Amino acid sequence: MSGQFLHNLLLFGRVLRRLGLDVNPGRMIDLVSALDHIEIVKKPDFFYAARTLLVHEHDDLPLFDEAFELFWRKPAEGWDVEWQGLTSRKRRPGPIVTHPPLKEAAPEADKASSSSNEMLSVIEVTRTYSDRELLRHKNFAEMSLEEAEAVKQLMSHFLWKVSERRTRRKRPGKGHLIDMRRTLRRSLHSGGEVFSWAYREQKSKPRPLVVIADISGSMERYTRLLLHFIYGMKSALSQPMEAFVFSTRLTRITRPLQIRDLDLALENVGKLVNDWAGGTRIGESLKTFNFEWGRRVLGRGAVVLIISDGWDRGDADLLKREMARLKRNCHRLIWLNPLLGAPDYEPLTRGIQAALPHIDDFLPVHNLASLEDLATRLSSLDRRSNGGGSPVLGAKWPKHEGHPPAQAGGS
Amino acid sequence: MNFTSIDALQSAMHERRYIAERGLATSLYLALKLGRPLFLEGEAGVGKTEVAKVLAALLDTELIRLQCYEGLDVHHAVYEWNYTRQMMHIRLLEARGDHASEAELFGPEFLLRRPLLQAIEDSRQKPPVLLIDELDRSDEEFEAFLLEVLSDFQITIPEIGTIKTSTPPVVVITSNRTREVHDALKRRCLYYWIDYPSFDKELEIVHARLPDAPEKLARQITGFIQALREMDLYKLPGVAETLDWTTALVALDQRALDPVIVDETLGAVLKFQDDIDKVKGEQARLILERVKAEAG
Repeated sequence: MSGQFLHNLLLFGRVLRRLGLDVNPGRMIDLVSALDHIEIVKKPDFFYAARTLLVHEHDDLPLFDEAFELFWRKPAEGWDVEWQGLTSRKRRPGPIVTHPPLKEAAPEADKASSSSNEMLSVIEVTRTYSDRELLRHKNFAEMSLEEAEAVKQLMSHFLWKVSERRTRRKRPGKGHLIDMRRTLRRSLHSGGEVFSWAYREQKSKPRPLVVIADISGSMERYTRLLLHFIYGMKSALSQPMEAFVFSTRLTRITRPLQIRDLDLALENVGKLVNDWAGGTRIGESLKTFNFEWGRRVLGRGAVVLIISDGWDRGDADLLKREMARLKRNCHRLIWLNPLLGAPDYEPLTRGIQAALPHIDDFLPVHNLASLEDLATRLSSLDRRSNGGGSPVLGAKWPKHEGHPPAQAGGS
Repeated sequence: MNFTSIDALQSAMHERRYIAERGLATSLYLALKLGRPLFLEGEAGVGKTEVAKVLAALLDTELIRLQCYEGLDVHHAVYEWNYTRQMMHIRLLEARGDHASEAELFGPEFLLRRPLLQAIEDSRQKPPVLLIDELDRSDEEFEAFLLEVLSDFQITIPEIGTIKTSTPPVVVITSNRTREVHDALKRRCLYYWIDYPSFDKELEIVHARLPDAPEKLARQITGFIQALREMDLYKLPGVAETLDWTTALVALDQRALDPVIVDETLGAVLKFQDDIDKVKGEQARLILERVKAEAG
């Protein structure tokens, strides 16, 4: 193997890493030793060998293919320019492109002083108990910039917990299953006579959570805070949590949310999604979810949270069908609606009407208090999923703030 | 059998009636040469499990299969003590006025060997093929354990000691992606995604697997299935469905597809009522016309 070739190979590895592929030196060494076994002059063989060693996610395959084609056509100088055209992690073109509402039109002060100002006002807002109480019940949509910041602060201290399900894994404990191994071992002390039985119990684990949030135009006032809320939830939960957003189409944002730095994470989400504040097609988006993701993320008794106001411009029949499918495939389907906090709100839109029969819990999500109630609800889900029917429609709930419908999903 | 090139492996697989893409043959070849596990992903029914079976046949060695499920633990994957035999042994000794020592009771003759242990024990001349099927069905705990086994091919049984092999098995792992398998495990493996085959490849597979199928029927079925994969269906048919359907139609003595028989046997291809409703009748007739026109 010539020195130049090796040089290019390592360069290629670096390029892949910069594109976001999980390529490490160990893999590159593997590739070099693999090349002893194949004829490098046969381009397809080299291509497949590199691919099988350097890629281990199906989603990364197209990116690798394109990078390979581009790099090995002209690996010499000057590839850097062409490279700019290849974006890391490809996006499909979306219909409406606007700027992500992640950053407010911030006051034009220089960054350092503005952030310290912000901090000051945060402290200002959260200082006293009564202020905090006021904040807890204030609608997200009516908050000032300072109040929103304060709420984000409070949100980051939330302790999220989703109730557990019994897995099929067993461990020694107080269950009803006999642990033969330990029983026998114990009996040896008494010459093979069994005096006490050892037992095994089923291990419990928190249920996986899937959040599907609406970021369409009508939800714009809530989007920023809800993304913070989703991020906070993801970092607080120990079990896997999947997150998706949609307006006209569905985007998975699980990966960018894994970044530890909140601002960077939200910035990456902003780059990934290109239909911010667009129209709403809940049905279409749920269909995409069911067809492409359902089988992959809904296993193991997942709890699904949909966050949307239910203003749907799409096909109501489609929404109905996909809601039914989603309901069949998850343990519990919870719909969070920011409008439900308004005193005079009635769920009359076509979208909500189509979805309601399939929802287990229909809850508000318009202020901090409602999030706290959600946290309580999530940690105390009963073992069995709601049997269906339309438990929510008949339920009457008190129409003042801070008191969401008590157990809307009758059990 | 020792393969000297990718071509040799590919044609040997062909002889065993497995039509492998060049990429799959390359991955498999390198897995054998580098002694690394091969991680196969793909939709259901594209022949992931079959790869391991064919490989075992080619290497003329034993296939050891571990089917994964939730809650799979060491006692079902590696080893378990044969309690009934141990109890009997104790009672027999007792009847003779003797009593069992611990070392005796936890000896190899009371050990039940499960797939992973079987694959690692040095009792055969050739290393076996170890198929770890549908890994995504197991849970994270088992995955972590597997990672350990695959890294140094040794297993420790507290009562006996460490069992290690000098000839590690050829490992094939499959996943249907009902859950994301952890990166750490995937990194240890060679990765290959098995896609749905092209028309020509799929026809070749039908011919190889079901030589009795009439040419015209095989072409029409393959065309029909390929058209279904273009549709917006909840569950697309895999190659397994193509073969099932062909077998069914051959059994019914069909020489070609017609709208009636398509509607009647659609259940062999589509497994969700929504999908069947969508295709049955009008849609099926349209596809059939197109397929027949294309076949000339």
